[in-house]
Amino acid sequence: MSYYKPKFQHPKLPKNELGYTVADYDGAVSTLCAGCGHDSISAAIRNACFLSAIPPHRIAKLSGIGCSSKMPTYFLGRSHGFNSVHGRMPSVATGASVANRDLIYLGVSGDGDTASIGMGQFVHLIRRNVNMTYIVANNGCYGLTKGQDSATADLGSVGKYGTKNPFDGIDLASLAVLQGASFVGRSFSGDKEQLEPLIRAAMAHRGFAFIDVVSPCVTFANNVGSTKSYAATRENLDAMPIDFVPMREEIRTQYKEGSSQTVTLHDGSIIHLLKARKDYKADSREDALMALQKANSTGKVLTGLLYLDPNSQDLNQVLELASKPLNSLGMDELCPGSRVLKSINEGLR
Amino acid sequence: MQATDATNPEYFHKVVDCQYACPAHTPVPAYIRLIAQQRYTDAYLINWESNVFPGVLGRTCDRPCEPACRRGRVEEEPVAICRLKRVAADFKDEVAGMLPKAGPPNGKKIALIGAGPASLTVARDLAPLGYELHLYDEQAKGGGFMRSQIPSFRLPESVLDEEIGYILDMGGITTVFDTYVDSMAEMLNKGYDAIFVGSGAPRGRDLPKLPGRKEADANIHIGINWLANVAFEHTKEIGKRVIVLGGGNTAMDCCRTSRRLGGEDVKVIVRSPFAEMKASPWEKEDAIHEGIPIIDNHVPREFVLENGKLVGMTFDKVQPVYHKDGHRELVPTGEEPEFYPCDDVLVAIGQENAFPWIEKETGIRFTSWGTPIINDDETFQSTRKEVFFGGDSAFGPSNIITAVAHGHKAAVSIDFYCQGKTLSKRPPPHVTLIGQKMGIHEWSYDSIPITDERKIVPLEDLKKSLNDRMVEVELGFDAEAAFIEAERCLNCDAQTVFTDSNCIECDACQDICPTNCITFTQNAPEKELRAKLLVPADNTEQDLYVSGTLPTGRVMVKDEDVCLHCGLCAERCPTAAWDMQMFFYNTAKATPNLVDVK
Repeated sequence: MSYYKPKFQHPKLPKNELGYTVADYDGAVSTLCAGCGHDSISAAIRNACFLSAIPPHRIAKLSGIGCSSKMPTYFLGRSHGFNSVHGRMPSVATGASVANRDLIYLGVSGDGDTASIGMGQFVHLIRRNVNMTYIVANNGCYGLTKGQDSATADLGSVGKYGTKNPFDGIDLASLAVLQGASFVGRSFSGDKEQLEPLIRAAMAHRGFAFIDVVSPCVTFANNVGSTKSYAATRENLDAMPIDFVPMREEIRTQYKEGSSQTVTLHDGSIIHLLKARKDYKADSREDALMALQKANSTGKVLTGLLYLDPNSQDLNQVLELASKPLNSLGMDELCPGSRVLKSINEGLR
Repeated sequence: MQATDATNPEYFHKVVDCQYACPAHTPVPAYIRLIAQQRYTDAYLINWESNVFPGVLGRTCDRPCEPACRRGRVEEEPVAICRLKRVAADFKDEVAGMLPKAGPPNGKKIALIGAGPASLTVARDLAPLGYELHLYDEQAKGGGFMRSQIPSFRLPESVLDEEIGYILDMGGITTVFDTYVDSMAEMLNKGYDAIFVGSGAPRGRDLPKLPGRKEADANIHIGINWLANVAFEHTKEIGKRVIVLGGGNTAMDCCRTSRRLGGEDVKVIVRSPFAEMKASPWEKEDAIHEGIPIIDNHVPREFVLENGKLVGMTFDKVQPVYHKDGHRELVPTGEEPEFYPCDDVLVAIGQENAFPWIEKETGIRFTSWGTPIINDDETFQSTRKEVFFGGDSAFGPSNIITAVAHGHKAAVSIDFYCQGKTLSKRPPPHVTLIGQKMGIHEWSYDSIPITDERKIVPLEDLKKSLNDRMVEVELGFDAEAAFIEAERCLNCDAQTVFTDSNCIECDACQDICPTNCITFTQNAPEKELRAKLLVPADNTEQDLYVSGTLPTGRVMVKDEDVCLHCGLCAERCPTAAWDMQMFFYNTAKATPNLVDVK
């Protein structure tokens, strides 16, 4: 019986700057179906945090309900976590981010949790530009209740039981761009080469970073005719590869002139957009929307960094909240006394 | 890299490191699992079929399997394979009735010269086929080197008698003991269909030219002869101060035996550096544990006499210098020679082959090293086609398990020769590969390895064992320790079998693998591929398992080096592209299916 991993590791497993191996970022063994795309996303998150050398105890994982929202158990076993009510993770994330701005927030949700029951909360999370990374594991079906079409199922996609979806799907990436998200990406669970740097960039970004990840449901939507199967996604994939270079690392890879665009984040980290389209600008909402619409109309799955505003102001900055976490504020700061109260009152007269 | 052909049994054979390293290719993980299930008799039978002397080898084997054990690459210590073998022998039920008997006579007559492990193996493999076997030895009992050279405190005589008895009691074997064969020409005239020579490498090397050698002869003994004399109780004591020359396992047996025969100040003095001594590390440890210092980098210079009696030896101090080609030279340090007092010296610096009894006109030719010219190391046929060699007499001094391996191959050759078959067409091994899935999270074997450290074998009280050389020093594992030790085995014979056409490249196996063995990547030449895996595959002795090209143009590459055989890749595989399949590999013997184990 193997519900846990053997303790042995490769004796030559590389270590990051903190002295941790990638195994130190592991969680429990997944109880999702074998071959689930979500497990690949978990591994990509694990690898991204390892590569960016983020101390696990500085991360808080947040999720709602669904197969996707079980995922946080399966990575970063030494981080904080909050498994919230269905579709209500955004409220918890907003509250947590305001209370302790020093933690790195990582929300994991699904197409049901975000595009159906949680839609109302989701758009407000974007609108407020809460400083977090929000990953949607998008498989176009309700895997936990045996595979009914979800709100992101594509028009005409065939379900496991042979019926075609009669509705147009919600494109979460387009929605996020339209709603003003400061970082929008899309990727595929089977393309870690792109997904890992995208997650690293999202976690380095200040403000709301959204990644829509096509993540095949191996049990209920991996059939012929499903537009989100492994085979169909690979066939229609139009990937824009990216590379992420954190601020403290020197730039080793040389890219041919004109073959890539670079975007510098607020902390000095650099994102290389490889094989970027000549006329595509990652800092233009119009370009992003246009490219997404074009891809959608031709049945392509456009992946990569779609839009980024490197100078965005997050919720804490906009509201000019305390620069330190609430739990680190002392008595004097929280209750400055009657003299200060008096001066405030004076100022209002 | 070319895709791996896993249908060739040699690929998976190499993955089972212990079995691959064993000269007789004993199916180690299979019998270790049986020990864990307390099926000691079945574990014994599997051993017996493969290595003929499980009880003997469980105490004395040179254990080539243990340095090879994968566990030693994953944590500090390998599985105590050798001592588990002893557990099977210690705890088994009565097995005599389960062993094969001689078959109806087939009219062919074979002489076996020397009754050591090689000849006994040939006898056991051929008896069930109906051969009439004549077993010659100059000693009164069978066993050869196993009886004469291994002291009783390591190998009780009762264990040896029992296992030799299993063979001699099969029937069809006539023993001609107390008989020294002094002419091969005579043997060839006796009408044998074939002759097997397993007479060992009987001459211990001496230092004939060292000053004082002749004069001090009364107190200088050749190690293996001296050990034989002790075994046969011709020698019962030794001086208080003993110098043992040499750094091999025989030197270790000599010094420890000396401690039991009155030696109080016993030293081992050896030419080579300590780390490069031929003795197994555990043999050295045991000697040191008994208060015997090992003094290295000392080359014998002279036997020193006073009034015609040996009083000590002088040694030149040297230091090793390593040349670029890997050649080692011992260079004098230039210091004054050092004197060590002693009453007796045991010379244990190696053995030489000698066949003074094989006449030139027999047509059996020898190399310049004194070993017979043998067709190849599969057939063991000499330049005279009906004469076969095996054990130490074939290629010089080695060990018991190598002699057994020779015996199996020679028996096949002798059988083929007598039946008029082509010797070079060797029979294939018996191989099975069977899926082990029992449920979503369940395999037929204990798939997740335990983290317990290697169990230490309890020893007899030091005082008690030094007082009586017949007292066995190692007590062996009890059932509980044996179970834990058996559970440390990683089941490397539970093979990870990959079917390209089933793979949908979900990467689940790559993500779950606890030792990061699996990488999906673009194919490349081997050196390049090894460098770009998730963890670079530096151990080039271990193979890469490479799939054919998958739909995305990548290949699956598995580095066999530190695979735990935990089955998680197969558990997380949605399409059964990975499967855990039990691999059983049994080298061909003259008589197939000697024992019946389910």
